[in-house]
Amino acid sequence: MHPAPSVIIFTTLSGLGFGLLFWLGLGMPAVTGWVAFAFFAIAYALAVGGLLASTFHLGHPERAIKAFTQWRTSWLSREAWAAVAALVIMGLYALGLVFFDARWSVLGWIGAGLSLVTVYSTAMIYGQLKTVPRWQSPLTPALLLAISVSGGALLAGQVTAALILLPIAAVVQVIWWVRGDTALQTSGTDMGSATGLGGIGRVRAFEAPHTGNNYLLKEFVHVVGRKHALKLRGIALVLGYAAPVVLLLLPFGHLLALLAVAAHLAGIAASRWLFFAEAEHVVGLYYGKR
Amino acid sequence: MTSLPETTQRKMGLVIDLDTCVGCHACVVSCKGWNTENYGAPLSDQDPYGADPSGTFLNRIHSYEVQPDQGAAQLIHFPKSCLHCEDAPCVTVCPTGASYKRVEDGIVLVNETDCIGCGLCAWACPYGAREMDAAEGVMKKCTLCVDRIYNENLPEVDRVPACVRTCPSGARHFGDLGDPDSDVSKLVAERGGMDLMPEQGTKPVNKYLPPRPKDQMDRPAATAPKPDGQIDVLAPFLKPVAEEPKGFIGWLDKALEKL
Repeated sequence: MHPAPSVIIFTTLSGLGFGLLFWLGLGMPAVTGWVAFAFFAIAYALAVGGLLASTFHLGHPERAIKAFTQWRTSWLSREAWAAVAALVIMGLYALGLVFFDARWSVLGWIGAGLSLVTVYSTAMIYGQLKTVPRWQSPLTPALLLAISVSGGALLAGQVTAALILLPIAAVVQVIWWVRGDTALQTSGTDMGSATGLGGIGRVRAFEAPHTGNNYLLKEFVHVVGRKHALKLRGIALVLGYAAPVVLLLLPFGHLLALLAVAAHLAGIAASRWLFFAEAEHVVGLYYGKR
Repeated sequence: MTSLPETTQRKMGLVIDLDTCVGCHACVVSCKGWNTENYGAPLSDQDPYGADPSGTFLNRIHSYEVQPDQGAAQLIHFPKSCLHCEDAPCVTVCPTGASYKRVEDGIVLVNETDCIGCGLCAWACPYGAREMDAAEGVMKKCTLCVDRIYNENLPEVDRVPACVRTCPSGARHFGDLGDPDSDVSKLVAERGGMDLMPEQGTKPVNKYLPPRPKDQMDRPAATAPKPDGQIDVLAPFLKPVAEEPKGFIGWLDKALEKL
């Protein structure tokens, strides 16, 4: 799949933002007043900024409101509802904390739940696709939720939680990679089934339908950069998971915490780039590109 | 609504004969022509006369070489367009309701004024049947020429999809695959019509007729190597019809010999 910057930015930032909102909703940290304002401002900047970035890849962003209509079948539509509901509920909750020094706990818990539902919905947009065997697994929502909640703990200053959750997320990440590497081969879809000619013999793409590029090749048959995949996985593991844990174990300082968050974001961005760049869409089989 | 209908009254679709398709791409051209001038946004081209041309097409022809364990390889031309699946994954993922499957005839269509161009339907389609138009920013797909097949302004013979009407080798057939007595259903039953990627669970309406074995290619006369080691597959077809002249030509031949 084509690793579009807008989608990488969206899933990385909004995942982290909703992860932070989850912890704020639970009252961890139990902040009020201007400190609460700062925390919520960061969370909303990440969540809303990510959602805005996601509209950049739309052909008609001015019609985006229509995406709220098909929640009965479409995970994209469900994500839109969950995101708006989470942001509105958490907004009310933040209002109490910042201006009235009041903790409306029930609102916080509902908002925390909705934040997780939002991340789950985002993950299911990818996890539902049979056409991308690497993504179609319950491990995909598990991975995105683990990254979101552990990154949120890091940002919320929940050191103990982050020290437990970051290694768990790293393990899910590695399992997700290992499973994904054989997902296409074990999916049962190959050039034989794609063309229906596999019963006759070995199928080879002889000539493509077009000599130039097209939408399908650009969007689904991205193969550039796969040769660096292993290195990038290393970078993602070290920056995204190991470095924040090490930095949290050192004596606390705001600079170290900032460094931990920056390393985590960079590592998760690398992991998310691989999430798209390594994903094999079965339509590539028609072009013999697998 | 992007929920799929439980059943459709008819299942209009194509039957594509991989045995007869000659790979001329005429259907590609007629499809692009009709669908650029009629229903919905035109199928745009980018840099059409420049160094890196690309464009939107609803129908594309691949060519595959299939090598059996024994005998000669076969070259198979493979037209591919929307299969109007019964369980169309492209429809249910659509967040806006722009994509839908019609109850009356099973055709999968895009309402372009509702399409936000998110591309998720193209991600969900295993066949590459949907292409985002780079100029219009909306998703384009085969409409089964919905503006031809019911069009009473056209002569009756033209009320079939443009690709079917134009195919010079009769490799494309159009009809109701939900009716077991229709010509297309009989053709599928007789020739063992198949689904593409059945394991994806899309239940395509369009069927493909497998190529017949190319037994002529493997005849001993054809595969016997010539003195230079080359195999001339055309040799049996180019053999003289008669070695010795007969009848009037035979008499003339002899008479001229004697002179």
